Amino acid sequence: MAMITADPKDVPQVAHFSFTPEYMAKVEEQIAHYPPGRQASAVIAVLDLAQRQHGWLPRAAMNEVARILDMAPIRVYEVATFYTMFQLRPKGKYLLQVCTTTPCWLRGSDAVMKACQHAADGELFSVQEVECLGGCVNAPVVQINDDFYEDLDEASMNKVLDAFRRGETPKPGPQVDRQTSAPEGGLTTLKGE
Amino acid sequence: MPKVKIDGVELEVPAGITVLQACELAGLEIPRFCYHDRLSIAGNCRMCLVEVKPGPPKPQASCALPVADKQEIFTQTPTVQKARKGVMEFLLINHPLDCPICDQGGECDLQDQAMAYGFDRSRYHENKRAVPDKELGPLVKTSMNRCIHCTRCIRFATEVAGVEQLGATGRGESMEVTTYVEQALATELSGNLVDLCPVGALTSKPYAFEARSWELTKTESVDVLDALGSNIRIDTRGAQVMRVLPRLNDDVNEEWISDKTRHAIDGLRHQRLDRPYVRKGNKLVEATWDEAFGAIAAKLNGMEGSKIAAIAGDQCDAESMIALKDLLTALGSPNIDCRQDGAKLDGPRGSYIFNPGVRGIDQADAILLVGTNPRAESPVLNARIRKRYVHGNVAIASIGPAEDLTYPVVRLGAGPATLRDLVDGKLDFAQKLQGAKHPLIIVGMGALSREDGAAVLAMARELAEKLNAVREDWNGFAVLHTAAARVGGLDLGLVPGEGGRDVAGILEGCQKKEIEAVFLLAADEIDTTKLGKAFVIYQGHHGDAGAHRADVILPGAAYTEKPGIYVNTEGRVQVGRRAGYPPGDAREDWAILRALSERLGKTLPYDTLHQVRSRLVAVNKVFAAIDQQAPAAWGPFGKAGATTDVPFKSAVANFYMTCPISRASKIMADCMASRSHLMAAE
Repeated sequence: MAMITADPKDVPQVAHFSFTPEYMAKVEEQIAHYPPGRQASAVIAVLDLAQRQHGWLPRAAMNEVARILDMAPIRVYEVATFYTMFQLRPKGKYLLQVCTTTPCWLRGSDAVMKACQHAADGELFSVQEVECLGGCVNAPVVQINDDFYEDLDEASMNKVLDAFRRGETPKPGPQVDRQTSAPEGGLTTLKGE
Repeated sequence: MPKVKIDGVELEVPAGITVLQACELAGLEIPRFCYHDRLSIAGNCRMCLVEVKPGPPKPQASCALPVADKQEIFTQTPTVQKARKGVMEFLLINHPLDCPICDQGGECDLQDQAMAYGFDRSRYHENKRAVPDKELGPLVKTSMNRCIHCTRCIRFATEVAGVEQLGATGRGESMEVTTYVEQALATELSGNLVDLCPVGALTSKPYAFEARSWELTKTESVDVLDALGSNIRIDTRGAQVMRVLPRLNDDVNEEWISDKTRHAIDGLRHQRLDRPYVRKGNKLVEATWDEAFGAIAAKLNGMEGSKIAAIAGDQCDAESMIALKDLLTALGSPNIDCRQDGAKLDGPRGSYIFNPGVRGIDQADAILLVGTNPRAESPVLNARIRKRYVHGNVAIASIGPAEDLTYPVVRLGAGPATLRDLVDGKLDFAQKLQGAKHPLIIVGMGALSREDGAAVLAMARELAEKLNAVREDWNGFAVLHTAAARVGGLDLGLVPGEGGRDVAGILEGCQKKEIEAVFLLAADEIDTTKLGKAFVIYQGHHGDAGAHRADVILPGAAYTEKPGIYVNTEGRVQVGRRAGYPPGDAREDWAILRALSERLGKTLPYDTLHQVRSRLVAVNKVFAAIDQQAPAAWGPFGKAGATTDVPFKSAVANFYMTCPISRASKIMADCMASRSHLMAAE
């Protein structure tokens, strides 16, 4: 098995990180949720804000979070490395998290994955294989940044990716004619009065 | 008190303890890896499973389960045995079975418990995971493949040592114990990580592949590298000291020792004085004992007593110090001193010991540090203060150097003026001290070994008395020494007699030619250039400052090579034992002095160690009470007077090099380099 390590040496670290005034206001709002002296409880939220601002979490950002929350840096590293949603390497603008767990796989996630991998260039798109996203009823599912794109196949996946390339934001949710998880093509039961 | 039934035996146990502790009280062994008496409870190794009734129908982790009244605990049922086997099999999944090349082999908890409680084979046939090793400085070697994630090291670093640098990153199979950012741990207690590690993940770097535990001879002794007198076990193979480990003593060092105590021992192999030397012309020439004694006798015979002086060093045993004092008295000299740093201490016993004892720190509710940096002067004592801080509800302030002591300290000021203000009740902290039930004033050598030391001491006494810190049930006046021999020396009266000179006076006398012969008993911390043209006899174990200046060198024994009594900063009399013999022609120190006295025609009245020790008791009866700390006499001491504005400095500028042994140690030099590298990076 490959060597595991939490601090890959090949990650290009940045020298400095600080929150923009807008993000700092959000950070303060998160800290205010907790009683004075318990500011460390906001660590996950503040790390998330740092990731939203920077796109991923360089070590400088984790150190800054530690400074703001008055924690030892190692305690922040522990949290950041524990949760897979924190990205410790640079990512493209859109992070494609392709679900390959059984229901999605049965419904053709391999093809979706192929399309994503083909598109991944590290700048606009990065791709990640993830376990069940909890959208099995709309399998296969891909999470792109904060949104779920559902009921995909290779063609519709490419359509979504093309839209992102054009700078548009395609409509999240099912990519077939279906409202959320209702039957495709309209209701099949409970049609009458 | 709850009554519990453990394996059918009824037992009354103290409330609030855990099931594991209750089982220990019942005399049962519960296997464990993550649980440690002195660390917080983690409950993550799952090795300590027992069955408990009433409770869920599954085994419970006994380390994290409080006892309850009428509880029934089962430690030997088939379920428990099977559960332990299962846990052990899981622990061994990713553990490389490299015991033959592992330094922990033979003293490994995992090895022992796998034998006692484990399954006899593995059903895991996949590849084991590989974890990169970490860099934790010059003392701790890592082999992270062996780590079983008990997190003892993380808890020790965070809780006891106070350096929050170790953590567990990642999750599941990717979990790693790491500093994340590669760096040496900035602590003086890092050697204890090696003791805590139940497997071979953290082992001692200097001791790597040196010896196996079963081939070592173990000697219980006492440390002399700082004034705490940590209880240690010296492991030797043949004549060589292979390693030093802590010994349990809750009154002194709990079960920790500092890195200097543990790792300066390689200094015992370098720069040793293994034969007598006599200066001929400008060169020290090898000599026999007879020639060396002859040279001394030729010089000293007929010399007036007042022209002879002696200075005792910081690591001397009480036996050699009393022999020195008796010899000087016989020679008619009052010029003797054991305070190389010039500390102004010679009052009643209460004025120069750490009166509340180390245990007293646990009780204190307001602590004032005066002219001391306990982290450098005695890291283990500092950890005790930190323990008190972690326990909560204590105010800690300092007058003196601003240092990171691993706990928050209010810095009131830098010098004697601030202490005066505090005595006069001018500072806010004065109220806190006043309101405290058990105020503790720790005075360091940085405050006492100055020109105005006596005045500072008087102020500290005034403060203690004003706070009512000295009373029947509590004495909060504490002197933190830096020299292991100092309290013993003061107990034996190694201070100038009537009309005698102290260290400064002796050096001055040397320059004015009023002192013609100086006996240095392992005294290396004085300015030897000031010895002028005096005839210098140096008796000691290392070729350090004193030996370089000497006219005659008498090779003595280091603390591991002689039985000796040492009195620690609390005034606790402790016995060090011989773990090996001194090199070459070197001899036990009191015996050298006894032999010399005969040549000088002033034969000392003792021939055996037992007789010397009887003499110790005759001089001061505290030497009769071994391992005990008793309330000490109190009375007026110090000398009120003017003070200067010079800020207090810590008496220990560099923790890693404070004595001939640590100065000769290459490992201590490495530690120093690593620390300064760390400081530069910050």
